Amino acid sequence: MAELDTSGGGKHKGGKVRSKKVSTRVDLTAMVDLAFLLITFFMLTTTLSKKKAMDLAMPDNSVKTSQLPVAATRSMTVLLGSNNKVEWYVGEPGKSAPTVDNYGKDGLRKALIENGKKVAETHAAPNNFMIVLIKPSDKSTYENLVTTLDEMSITGVQSYAIVKITQPEIDELKKQKIY
Amino acid sequence: MPRVKVARKSTSIDMTAMCDVAFLLLTFFILTAKPKVEDPTKAEVPFSSKEILVPEDNLATITVGGGGKLFYSVTGSDIRTETLKGMGEKYKVDFTPEEQARFAVTEVFGVPMANLKSFLDMDAEQKKTYQQPGIPADTTGNNELSNWILISRKADRALHDKDLQIAIKGDRREQYPIINTVIDVLGKQKIFKFSLITDLRPAPKK
Repeated sequence: MAELDTSGGGKHKGGKVRSKKVSTRVDLTAMVDLAFLLITFFMLTTTLSKKKAMDLAMPDNSVKTSQLPVAATRSMTVLLGSNNKVEWYVGEPGKSAPTVDNYGKDGLRKALIENGKKVAETHAAPNNFMIVLIKPSDKSTYENLVTTLDEMSITGVQSYAIVKITQPEIDELKKQKIY
Repeated sequence: MPRVKVARKSTSIDMTAMCDVAFLLLTFFILTAKPKVEDPTKAEVPFSSKEILVPEDNLATITVGGGGKLFYSVTGSDIRTETLKGMGEKYKVDFTPEEQARFAVTEVFGVPMANLKSFLDMDAEQKKTYQQPGIPADTTGNNELSNWILISRKADRALHDKDLQIAIKGDRREQYPIINTVIDVLGKQKIFKFSLITDLRPAPKK
């Protein structure tokens, strides 16, 4: 079946060379077996999960833009502390009582939604969205930052920024024992 | 009663079509398969609810892992080769063509320029056990990370006429200051938009 015809050539001098008629059918069973084996292998080894990402835009700090005056009552400051704890307050520091919270559905997310609603009710449109300042301390982890940014997109906060933490705020975190 | 005779049929079937399909699928899976990359960083990325896919090519990734070490990777072996040449010129290190070829297939690395030559000369077994010290990124003095990013951006611009996308892949337990350093390095180069690589949050356990 699968042999090469090596005869022919010199022997048939003058006469017509007649090739043997061989059936062209080949037994494909083994080949199919092998093919399916390899398919199974490659199917099981391919990774289907592609990497996901979140986009982050930082403000351009080289250009001094004229800053719009924003009412302090519209801003909410989120301080990221150690031990997966977060502290937040509305408005200027020291004027309203800060709250220590945890990350998650009933912690930061609830606070963000409630404060967002409060700001929307007490201010006139179109400037009635809340501005969130995220201040990660040196003791917070990268996961804390990503979780916070994720909460921003979940709760639909339009404007937020990552801001450098200041010394009074670090002292405040120390007071709450989360630094 | 006469016996009902069952006609004997041949048991062999025509497998040509099946074989065709099998090989078609096989070709597809072979071509889409990607070799697994040896990841020296072992960074576990944090979870988020975002589902934006990371671009497959034209991407530079800065990985933070292993206790504040910085690793760098850039897609495309041609960009890698060009970047290494640029870095060699800048730091006065001569890389042989063999070392350049080795660097072109190194997906992720975290070695300072001083050790890079000896790192590239290692064989695969040594590389596995070697603890990569991370790329230095002092904001005041030796900022190699910044140069790696800058030169690979230039290489991408020269070779493909594209803007290199930047992604940060951080271990979830890393402290914030090192992440801040990376963001600062990018900010100095006027990169204000980048991606943070995250994983989809697993379903909450009940």
